[in-house]
Formats: sequence, C-alpha cells, structure tokens
Amino acid sequence: MRDGPAIRSRLGVVPQEDTLDNELTVRENLLVYGRYFGLPRKLINERTDQLLDFVQLTERGNDQVDPLSGGMKRRLTIARSLINDPDILILDEPTTGLDPQARHIVWDRLFSLKQRGVTLILTTHYMDEAEQLCDRLVVMDHGTIAAEGTPRELIARYSTPEVLELRFAPGTQEDAVEKIKDLSPERMEVTADRLLLYAADGDDFLARVHQAGIEPLTELVRRSTLEDVFLHLTGRTLID
Amino acid sequence: MSSDLAAERPAPPLVLPKLPGSAALTVRAFRCWLLAYRRTWRSSVWSSVFGPLFYLGAMGYGLGSLVDKNGTSSLGGVPYVVFVAPAVLAVQAMNSGLSNALYPVFGGLHWNKIYLAARATMLRPSDIYRGHLLFITMRIAMNSGCFVVLMAAFGLIRSPWAVLLLPASVLTGFAFATPSAAWAITLDNQTAMNYPIRFGAVPLMLFSGTFFPITQLPAWVRPVAYATPLWHGVALCRALSLGDVNAGSAAINVGYLVAMAAVGLWAGSRTFRRRLYV
Repeated sequence: MRDGPAIRSRLGVVPQEDTLDNELTVRENLLVYGRYFGLPRKLINERTDQLLDFVQLTERGNDQVDPLSGGMKRRLTIARSLINDPDILILDEPTTGLDPQARHIVWDRLFSLKQRGVTLILTTHYMDEAEQLCDRLVVMDHGTIAAEGTPRELIARYSTPEVLELRFAPGTQEDAVEKIKDLSPERMEVTADRLLLYAADGDDFLARVHQAGIEPLTELVRRSTLEDVFLHLTGRTLID
Repeated sequence: MSSDLAAERPAPPLVLPKLPGSAALTVRAFRCWLLAYRRTWRSSVWSSVFGPLFYLGAMGYGLGSLVDKNGTSSLGGVPYVVFVAPAVLAVQAMNSGLSNALYPVFGGLHWNKIYLAARATMLRPSDIYRGHLLFITMRIAMNSGCFVVLMAAFGLIRSPWAVLLLPASVLTGFAFATPSAAWAITLDNQTAMNYPIRFGAVPLMLFSGTFFPITQLPAWVRPVAYATPLWHGVALCRALSLGDVNAGSAAINVGYLVAMAAVGLWAGSRTFRRRLYV
C-alpha cells in the first residue's frame, strides 16, 4: 500500500468504464495524463504522435472526445494508458460493448504490445479474447480460481479435442438425448437449444449418431475451445 | 527509457522509481484543471465582473440611496455603498468557494471523472484533492481580484489596509472550499449539494452583518452571528476596507478562518482517500 503510487507509475490502466475527459480533445487527454506522470512536454508530444498512430486516431487528434465512437474511445483509453511507457498494462474487459470490427482492431493492438514485451493483465468474459491474447489464464467462478494454465493446457485437461454440436427440431431433443446416451459419449452437455457432444473424433461420433438413426436438424463438428472449458468448469450457465 | 514504441523493450528495472514530492504532484493535478479551464475561462470572467457590478449597483447604490438619506452614523458614518462593498466581497468569495468546491468535486468523481482518471496514476488522493483546491483558490482569487479592482475604481476603498483585501477574501473563500470539497466527494447524488447553498450560504449572507451591522439584530441572536464563519470574513474585509483595523479582532477573524480551512483540509485528505482508494 505504501508503495502504491510508485508502482502505479510503472503501470498502465484501462478501466472497464472509460474515464476520458469528454470536454477535452483527444490530444489533450494524453497531455493531461503525460503530465500526471511528470513527463516533459516534448516527450509527451512525441509519444502522443506515436500512440495516436498506433491506435489509428491520428486524424481525430484535435477533435473533442465526446462525439467519438465507443471503439475509438476504447482505443484512446489504451493510448492514454501507454503514455508513461508502462511495464505492465492492466485491462478490465477491454472489448466489452464493442462491435466485432472494433474488437479486432483492439485485439490486434494489444497483441502487438504483447509482442513488444509489455505484460498484459486482462479480465474478460469473452473466451475467444482470452484464447487470442493470453499465455496464461485463470478461470474464476464466484470469486474462486477454478482452473489455471495456458489455453492449450486447459483445453487438453478439461475438454476433448473436438466437439459435435447437434440441434434438433423443437420437442424432439429429449428423445434424442436418451438415444445418444446409449452411444456412451465421453461427455454430453445439454443446453436449451442444442446438444454438445465431446469426443476425440467428432466426425466419427457423428457417423455413429447417424447409424443409430438419429436425425438432427443441424450438425457441426468443431475443435474444442476455451468456451467448452468454461462451460465444463462453471457448469453450463454463462454468468455475467 | 526509449520513447520509440516500435523498439523492443529492455527488462523493466527491479527497483521502484522514486516519487517526486507532494508539492510537485499537487501541481500536476492542478495543471489538469487549468487545461480544462482554458476552454471556459471567457464566460467565467464575465460573471466575475458582472456579479459584483450587479450587487454594488442594486444594494450599494440603489438601496444605499435610501439608507444614506436617514444618516449612516450606525454604519460608521460612511455611505452605505462603502459599508456594504467589502462585505459583498466576502460573500462573493464564500460563494465562489462553495460553488467551485461542490459541483466540480462531485463531477470529478461522477461526470468528467477527472479524479478516477488521476487515481490510476502515481497521484495520491491527497494530491488530487490539494491540486483541485489550488485551482479553486485560483478561481476565488480571480473573482476577488476583479471585485477589489472594481471597488477601487468606484472609489469605495477608504484605507491603505485594503491591499490586504485580496488575501483576506481568498482566505474566506478557501475556508468554505476545503470542508465543502471534503463533503462533496462523499456524495452519491447531486441534490444534497443544494442544501449548503440554500440553507447555508443564503442565511449566512443575510445574517452575517453583510447588509446591516450585527448590532441591529436582537441581542440574543448576535452570538449566533459571531459564531458563523462568514461573519468573520465580513468583519475582516470591512475593517481592512474602512481602515478600522483592530489587531485583536483581526487575529480572531483570521484564526477562525484558518482553523476552519485546516479542519477541511484534514477531513478532505481522509474522505478523498476513502473514496478514491477502493
């Protein structure tokens, strides 16, 4: 606690809710932050140019923050958090509420920071985000650590290589579930709208489903993802 | 430390960086408010000039012409406008102290979120608080400075002691600002901030000897007036402006205001810390 301020001088923080000053311009927001860290004006200007270029906001530099889109504000917050050239960047749900395009831009920028050796610590509800950005991840469930490891390790440990997703006509899923149980799948998750069957070889299992005379509406074989790990560890319902 | 973002980073140092002193950090927080103020200073200057003009015109000259007809011996024999001007200066300092320390402080947490942005940096809550107070003090000084200049221009100053009017009125405003800011940071909704203005500032202005000497009040009410902070600001400013300075009373006035400001500073460091370090 005593060293908090000194430690924060080496951190960058991207809070979940933007704390940009909407009445200032994009560049002024960076200037304010640079001054908080006691950087000389010249260095702030240099870094502002680089950072705005980095988050693709150069053209909006002298515009006020207020009219910027959600994705732009997020990128500006990330740029601002980097003004002190931090060793560790802490991000709280960096892409929540962004459209897919904006998310990909943010991911791309975060990935390139990681490549440069900036340590990222982020929280997210998006499993694809975790899979893309994390070397090491911790699954939290109701405040306790449910699992820990690399995305690959977690998938290997808590899921099968492949997943078969089946969807049935309304009202017919229950019968199908009973029949599929007889095929003794490695693991089965029944959700409201579909059936998830975990198997080493999804196509092989699908062939067995067809042989048993079960006719799903749609069928999809895919690789296991972190989402499956999360479902397994926290018990199906995705909590918010 | 390289400023080139594209460069590979060296391993971070294992020693924590040394923090600059508290004064330097306070100035950093102050400069943020200064930057934001650059956008709005023009409109605020108009109210700094016209506020006192309206007051002096209506109360000093308008009401004053009636008062002066009946003789002003109870006012010390000076025209009413001369009597009322330094008191209105103190009232205005109180009002700038309150208005700059209530809504902007609340806003620093809930609206423009300046505090929330700053707390993620190396600034400590006490630096954030003092930096904002520095800006508030500057605003009080700007308003008071305008007022004192206008008083001089209208020939309402009767004593060389009046060179101390600026620090005296700034102290008055500051004494109201520190506890107000300390309180505003604890609020969760803005309506509560109307109360100190409606039920604090307005009665204070009416019963602190601003528009008439306290001796006109019934004897049992007078101690209440002496206990209020605005009365001390009014008494101090009026003594300086009229040249009627009594060292003992002035020391009590200053002591009261300094004590109030100090309590506010102490409380604010605590409330800001509690609110900003979650």
